[in-house]
Amino acid sequence: MDLVESYAEDLSFARKRVTRVLLGLVGAACVVLPWIAAEYVVFIATLIALYSIGVMGQNILIGYTGQISFGQAGFLAIGAFAFGHARGWGAPFLLALAAAGVAAALAGVVVGFPSLRLKGPYLAIATLGFGVAVYQIFVNWETLSGGRAGLAIPKLQSILGLPAATSTYYVYVLLLAAFTLATSNLVSSYVGRALIAIRDSDIAAEVNGVNLTRYKLLAFGVSSFYTGVHGALYAQVLGHIEPQIFNILESITLFVAVIIGGIASIEGSILGAAFVLLVPKVFADFREMVPVVYGVVILIVLIFEPLGLYGRWLKTRLYFQLWPFR
Amino acid sequence: MERLLQYALTGLSAGSLYALVALGIVLIYRSTRVLNFAHGDIATVATFVAFTMLTRRLPFWAALGASLLTGALVGVAFYLVVLVRAQRRGANLLGMVILTLGLALIIQGVVVYVWGAEPVSLPFPISDTRTYSVGLVVVSQLSLATMAAGLLGSVGLYVLVQRTRLGLAMRATSENLMAAQTLGIPTRLVLSVSWAVASALGVVAGIFLAPALLLDPFFMLDPFLKGFAAAVLGGLNSLPGAVVGALILGVAESLTGAYLTIQFKNTLAFVIIIVVLLVRPEGLLGREFKERV
Repeated sequence: MDLVESYAEDLSFARKRVTRVLLGLVGAACVVLPWIAAEYVVFIATLIALYSIGVMGQNILIGYTGQISFGQAGFLAIGAFAFGHARGWGAPFLLALAAAGVAAALAGVVVGFPSLRLKGPYLAIATLGFGVAVYQIFVNWETLSGGRAGLAIPKLQSILGLPAATSTYYVYVLLLAAFTLATSNLVSSYVGRALIAIRDSDIAAEVNGVNLTRYKLLAFGVSSFYTGVHGALYAQVLGHIEPQIFNILESITLFVAVIIGGIASIEGSILGAAFVLLVPKVFADFREMVPVVYGVVILIVLIFEPLGLYGRWLKTRLYFQLWPFR
Repeated sequence: MERLLQYALTGLSAGSLYALVALGIVLIYRSTRVLNFAHGDIATVATFVAFTMLTRRLPFWAALGASLLTGALVGVAFYLVVLVRAQRRGANLLGMVILTLGLALIIQGVVVYVWGAEPVSLPFPISDTRTYSVGLVVVSQLSLATMAAGLLGSVGLYVLVQRTRLGLAMRATSENLMAAQTLGIPTRLVLSVSWAVASALGVVAGIFLAPALLLDPFFMLDPFLKGFAAAVLGGLNSLPGAVVGALILGVAESLTGAYLTIQFKNTLAFVIIIVVLLVRPEGLLGREFKERV
């Protein structure tokens, strides 16, 4: 039986021994990966780690709070360029990363204000407009975007004398672990329950004492903080950024990752990020087929498996828990 | 003054294209409560069908008919095969948006696969270099035809919705689906017709837009976003609102480009919309929505 006996137990990150063992295995796999896999695989894993952070942020907004946002590329761009400029002025990596997150979070709070009055489709178009606006501002304002040449970002110093790729990989995986823990704590706390209440019915949430203004803005702020960090980490990996990278397709990719991974699920965010990064690699010879794969998988997921890859994992787990009964 | 009129006219011509797109979006939203993110892509694939037929030297009217039919068929097929099934399983607004996004991605991939990503130009019988001067302003043949198409589309839709028996059924279905079913209206057929008409309107916009710029798999993205913005500006549940919103957006955009800044022309259009929505969240002509818990 799966019985939760205390609130502290409900809040704990890994409640059962099986989960702890599995988590330990995943952690160990993450640690040994760079020593056994090719450098290319390590690079992909690094990308998955940084994408997962952005997808998690998007999931806080879409999955937990139920606010549709198509403007994520705007936050990505703000994060990436804030990071690039801060690094250019000589700020250390973590400080620049925090600056990128805060810059994006401030923009997120500003974008959040329309969400207090607009709902559903109207909010979607407002955020879409924000994404387009940021894109065009960066494209047309050369002091901000470093002009035609783009913005070069100094390389990350490697730690403990490890090879550069390995060291970046470890930093990113540690960051992902930190963000995963933070998200898990956020969504299982009062704040998380408030966000879920807003998603299910904002009027009912307000009646029950959830301050709509505060929690909607908070959701936008936190989500864009994540997205800003994603943008910054992406910029660091690329080593060179230009505004054309952060177009509307990037927003759609993040959106697709949330849906395919699983709405309102942390594990799903990581699975979704892995999906949107691995599919283009698998279909490298048929690049034009990538959107078709995304589209077909979205249709299948929504009609047959509304919880996405996470839902599949949940069902598989349940099957083994109940085995040999069904 | 001349300059003002000239730019206003350019804006009206762009606005009538946006109106065609916006009408399709509003028609679908009103009848099935779905925001169709694949609207632009349906128009793209249909315009490419017209491109193939025109390069094979088939007559223009045949190409137009074939592309309208393609658009309508894709729309109806998506409605019947995917949306009906999803709605039966109780998909919410977000779910439907995502479904249309999925369709959009599929169409994009197919278009790139079949026609390639290289921009091509559509051989078109109406020229955009031949111009007429009307009073103070100069107008090209193409923008005249565009405005005519916009007017024809809007008036045609008005007549269909307000003056025919089918239109009455469409209005009844969008007002209250259950009640319409009880009264014996074949709602699935009516909704299919809505999807067909809406998609065809988008295709008309695509065909008249293509000669003004080059045809590539993403050429409808920008007009689609503008049409969407116009629909939201006018109010998503109001057909006249879509036309009004589109014309306002077209003219505002053109005047911004002329008098303020050409670089931020597109940006300002979106800023205007966000500001209007903050003042009047249901759009200019939309009805206020009330929600029960």
